[in-house]
Amino acid sequence: MTDWLSPAEWDALRLSLRVSIWATVVSLPFALLAAHALARWRFPGHGLLNGIVHLPLVMPPVVTGYLLLLTFGRRGWVGEYLDQWFGIVFAFRWTGAALAAGIMAFPLMVRAIRLSIEAVDPRLEQAAGSLGANRIWVWFTVTLPLILPGVIAGAILAFAKAMGEFGATITFVSNIPGQTQTLPSAIYSFLQVPGGESSAARLVIISIIVAMAALILSEWLARRVARRVAGQ
Amino acid sequence: MTVSVRLAHAFAEFSVDLDFQAPPGVTVLFGPSGSGKSTVLNAVAGLLRPDAGRIAVDDIVLTDTARRLFVPPHRRRLGVIFQDGRLFPHLTVRQNLRYGRRFAPRGPGSTSEASVVEMLGIGALLDRAPATLSGGERQRVAIGRALLSEPRLILADEPLSALDGERKAEIMPYLERLRDELRVSMLYVSHSSAEVARIATTVVTMDRGRITRIGPAAEVLSDPALAGRGRDAGAVIEARITRHHDDGVTELDAGGVPLFLPHLPAAAPGDRMRLRIAAQDVMLAHDRPEGLSALNMLPGQVESLRDEGDVVLVRLTTPAGPILSRITRRSARQLGVAPGAAMTAIVKSLSHDQGDIGAPLH
Repeated sequence: MTDWLSPAEWDALRLSLRVSIWATVVSLPFALLAAHALARWRFPGHGLLNGIVHLPLVMPPVVTGYLLLLTFGRRGWVGEYLDQWFGIVFAFRWTGAALAAGIMAFPLMVRAIRLSIEAVDPRLEQAAGSLGANRIWVWFTVTLPLILPGVIAGAILAFAKAMGEFGATITFVSNIPGQTQTLPSAIYSFLQVPGGESSAARLVIISIIVAMAALILSEWLARRVARRVAGQ
Repeated sequence: MTVSVRLAHAFAEFSVDLDFQAPPGVTVLFGPSGSGKSTVLNAVAGLLRPDAGRIAVDDIVLTDTARRLFVPPHRRRLGVIFQDGRLFPHLTVRQNLRYGRRFAPRGPGSTSEASVVEMLGIGALLDRAPATLSGGERQRVAIGRALLSEPRLILADEPLSALDGERKAEIMPYLERLRDELRVSMLYVSHSSAEVARIATTVVTMDRGRITRIGPAAEVLSDPALAGRGRDAGAVIEARITRHHDDGVTELDAGGVPLFLPHLPAAAPGDRMRLRIAAQDVMLAHDRPEGLSALNMLPGQVESLRDEGDVVLVRLTTPAGPILSRITRRSARQLGVAPGAAMTAIVKSLSHDQGDIGAPLH
């Protein structure tokens, strides 16, 4: 089985999975918060927050990557302090690839979660409050279970997007085999060298399988949870 | 539990300005939609911050704008029964019932889950999901859920209005048991005079954000000025069960006048009951007529008339209490119905709607 892919191809697949899982898991709490704020809170800067969240969706990925480099690079205005104070380095590491993938996938995740929050009947939350539950408790025991289908669908969509992220990643963390060379970067590299087509083709097939599997899984999970939530 | 409500709040469309005290028992806020009933309930529940006002349950102040005091809804300990039940769809009936338990004070006097389940007859539903329940079952679970949160007071926001007639009749006895057995105080919003007649101990009538009248139920409900228009008009009298006859009729005594109702197996002789007599089911006659199938006749005297276009609403004083009769203007003229005239009210006995007849009063 392992002979099916060369070590370099395995590296790219493993790295892509690791990057995407981290990107999804770490951005999930932030996406929940942003989605909740956008769906439920009215505050000055609401439109601005909405714009910032959606920016990666509409900007050229290479621009996002460049801005990440300026911000989180070793000399970046955040990256420098993260390195000095916490020893966290994003530049040219797999963590940077995860950051880039997470930011690119963020709008998709927020949109899916926001839609499901907007579908929750706030009167159910009121009812929970009338029974003595404070807001945080209400959120975890009523809101979260009811939006779970949307959260799962959003997370899996974000995961698939992270698996395919190329432009921002290669701009921010380059294309270092074993370090930052994710599936799309590897495909790109293989296509640049003579005789790399067969390697590229295998990775392309894997990409398609992973993307399709993620879509089918998210549909299935969302439907299953929706049924449970509706109590059927 | 005495609830004092003083409230002033302006909406874009109308304003609410009122001040009343609800004594222990069931206080029904009664009025057409848009009269401000729900505004009062929302303000008590803490879902609305009034422009000005003070709301207290006994000596516990929940809202006082003068002192900038506002207890958040979840710390008010008020059980709300919503129009649409609002059960949590992702939890089973049992989990719904227990939702408020965590926050309820525990003590020797606390309500037991078993007794509430038994009282509401929902034992067989505990493992079901709300989506599989009928409207009436859902509302019973909602009542239980509110009770088990150990509320100081129950707020009921038209709890029956989403149900059809049969389901209403199914739920009403449970609300009455809350009132009579658990002695839970309630603020109850309704626009149905049949409901009010059955459940209220105190009635607050409202119109356009103001209170038009407040008083004990029997007194307020038989006032023709407030008795409702058209089919809704009716009076409430109290009666005591005398005995059950073999031919399937129950005899009652209302201020010395015998009344007969179809057999009421749930009541025992000596029980007091509240009866609602719809104005359109009462005919008037000069003398006690002979050869009529109606069993119930009450001698009385015309007290007042209210013109309602083609018909007249007549208020009659009888030994059993005030009775309302809705007759055509022509009949009123032909019979010479005028204040002071002696008349007999003929009540069609079978026209007593089962849903209008109260459970025994203790």
